[in-house]
Amino acid sequence: MPRTGVFLCHCGSNIAGTVNIDQTIEASRNFPGVVHVDEYRYLCSEMGQDIIKKAIEDNNLDRVVVGTCSPRMHENTFRKAAAEAGLNPYLLEVANIREHCSWVHKDMEEGTPKAIALLRAAAAKVALNEALEAPKLEVEKRALVIGGGIAGIQAALDIAEAGYPVDIVEREPSIGGRMAQLEKTFPTLDCSACILTPKMVEAAQHPNINLITYAEVEEVNGFVGQFDVKIKQKARYVDPVKCTGCGICWEKCPAKAPSEFEMGLAKRKSIYVPFAQAVPMVPVIDKETCLYFRKGRCQICEKECPPQAIDYEQQDEIIERRYGAIVVATGFDQMDPSIYGEYGYGQHPDILTGLEFERLFNASGPTGGKVVRLSDGKPPKKVVFIQCVGSRDKARGMNYCSKICCMFTAKQAILLKEKLPDAKSYVFYIDVRTAGKGYEEFQRRAAEEYDVAYLRGQVGKIFPEGDHLVVHGVDSLSGKVVDIKADMVVLSAASIARADAPELGRKIGINTDSYNFFNEAHPKLKPVETHTAGIFIAGACQTPKDIPDTVAQASAAAVKAVGLLSKEMLQGEACTAEVDEAECSGCLHCVAVCPYTAIDAKEIEERYGDGTLKRTVAEVNPALCQGCGSCSAICRSGSINQKGFSNEQILAEVDAICLQR
Amino acid sequence: MSTAVNETSAGKEPLIVSFCCNWCSYAGGDLAGTSRMSYPANVKVIRVPCSGRINPMFILRAFQRGADGVLVAGCHPGDCHYSTGNYHGRRRLSAFKRLVEFAGFEPERFEVRWISSSEGDKFAEEMTAMTNKIKALGPNRKMRDARWQKIT
Repeated sequence: MPRTGVFLCHCGSNIAGTVNIDQTIEASRNFPGVVHVDEYRYLCSEMGQDIIKKAIEDNNLDRVVVGTCSPRMHENTFRKAAAEAGLNPYLLEVANIREHCSWVHKDMEEGTPKAIALLRAAAAKVALNEALEAPKLEVEKRALVIGGGIAGIQAALDIAEAGYPVDIVEREPSIGGRMAQLEKTFPTLDCSACILTPKMVEAAQHPNINLITYAEVEEVNGFVGQFDVKIKQKARYVDPVKCTGCGICWEKCPAKAPSEFEMGLAKRKSIYVPFAQAVPMVPVIDKETCLYFRKGRCQICEKECPPQAIDYEQQDEIIERRYGAIVVATGFDQMDPSIYGEYGYGQHPDILTGLEFERLFNASGPTGGKVVRLSDGKPPKKVVFIQCVGSRDKARGMNYCSKICCMFTAKQAILLKEKLPDAKSYVFYIDVRTAGKGYEEFQRRAAEEYDVAYLRGQVGKIFPEGDHLVVHGVDSLSGKVVDIKADMVVLSAASIARADAPELGRKIGINTDSYNFFNEAHPKLKPVETHTAGIFIAGACQTPKDIPDTVAQASAAAVKAVGLLSKEMLQGEACTAEVDEAECSGCLHCVAVCPYTAIDAKEIEERYGDGTLKRTVAEVNPALCQGCGSCSAICRSGSINQKGFSNEQILAEVDAICLQR
Repeated sequence: MSTAVNETSAGKEPLIVSFCCNWCSYAGGDLAGTSRMSYPANVKVIRVPCSGRINPMFILRAFQRGADGVLVAGCHPGDCHYSTGNYHGRRRLSAFKRLVEFAGFEPERFEVRWISSSEGDKFAEEMTAMTNKIKALGPNRKMRDARWQKIT
């Protein structure tokens, strides 16, 4: 028989107001196994904890029930107190008398019997509790950052500065991400490259940072502190050690393909670096368009390369490495607005998306920095910007606001006026949303000083007429139909999650919201954590956001990663599943339901008659098990049970509650 | 210990056992408390790690011991703390509900609800609705095991 002590907290009047303490204590005295009862005004206080500790020692208690607030609030407090008195902390149970009883019921008539029932259930459960030990887990002191945009670069730099090695895995041949594609940044009109490239170089040169570009995460196994990651390094066909980045190969290469970096508006060579400031400055050969790979001849790059860095025999490689923490910073895509037939995107060269238009301002962009119509090379006189193409559209697009469009449109309109003082911009909008430091002022400047016409309303149709594009819309403030003979149209296409975000999420074990953005652990209080311990998110892969927010979130994620890496040991989950091998039939249904691949098949040998018999049973890796209990629920023979929430413990609670009084 | 039988089934206040997952619904219950949203004391909550932890045996046992209703509550599909536990729970418990009905028991006595940690109001509403429904249904006579009640 256990020697259980029951302690009831008054929580001032929070519990004592609707639960009759004396009656409850008297009833508790009669629960099976209870040898000691006590009550106190505030059990969580130092004094309260001392009462529990002293009672454990004086009465030789081997089980404790506290009737207090929610276990989500103070379970740890009381378990720590029990441990200080020499009791295994898992021999203590909390009955939730405050949140689940005294606060939700109106008087003692209701509250007291329920409090007694909850305490009785806790006492019945605790009688079956066992001493548990949380496994100690080592922490691999290295971080992985997935994505080498501004979020990934910032997170890596912060982790590296704190003294831990970091690998950045970037899918493209260069780090830099979306920010590298921008000409200027709002609201300061800083040149994007001028503020980004020093960071790219800093990351590349940092002794703690290792860039793995042109590579993708293939597989993630393991758990917090020990993630085993397989990274596929795609073959560059260029030896990065020999290559000097001189550029002769891509100068001489005769084959061309649309440039991804230029949003397809310009061509690049088949051997290429995505942009002039690429880091690392090591080209890759695009196998799909390379003449040698397609037709077996050419090899000009090989012949021309001074350090002989071209290596057509290079193969994809798998890099396997262990990391303690992972920061996911995979960024966003721009929605393809061609589903909006009325805007004619894709049918006319002068209808562009915001990111495409941005490239026209860039000196190394497709037009060499001249803002011209792609149809005839003439500078535009009238440019119409259309907001919320795909954003805030329940019917066909995304419900959410893409957050950055109002501001980049104001920026582009200002830049346009500075480049072409004769040009006039029109912006069709639903609402202008400019929350952010200096943002509202910036947008007002566009409207007031740069003569940008803001028209509240929507565009119904865009059609070519002669040299122009007629934008047929409504100004809902004046109620008038507006037809603008525009030279160019710029669509603020929605920022969307990467198409492969759900797939990556599955690989690394984090989930996505209904728009495929990665979910944070708590929308307010855990904005960079995920539900998987040790994996953090930063930047626009979580939801659309601008550069300042992205950088702030990246630093936040880095701090969380550093906090984890700085620990010598982590405490694992104590309430893990365990297998009774004698009962286990080896059906392995548990393997299928385990979300953590914590269960494996194991061969055991048993004596059978005179000989031995080999059979398969399930085996739980307690370091991987997170204690969800799915395996225990599915087990047909009842041979896999969860410590701390065993079948017997839950049934004992059911029985105790059903006694009702 | 009291030797009283379960008076609920004898026609008094009904008893509802609610299994709540630790991460969403139990926390939703905590929020209902913090927000002082009242619901009937007929509901008694048992904390489990996940709705996927629920073995139908637990529910049967509650009915056998005289509970008049059982409500399992977990994270909304897609929001499981353990990523897939509630999907397995959803399948298992919907199959179980059909089985209960097939066996001739009132399936309305057993419900599954998805209540997030931010839905204190929903927690209180669901608990109230369940209690009202069970009150209308009357006591669980079919699955209550009279022998067990004699033993106690």
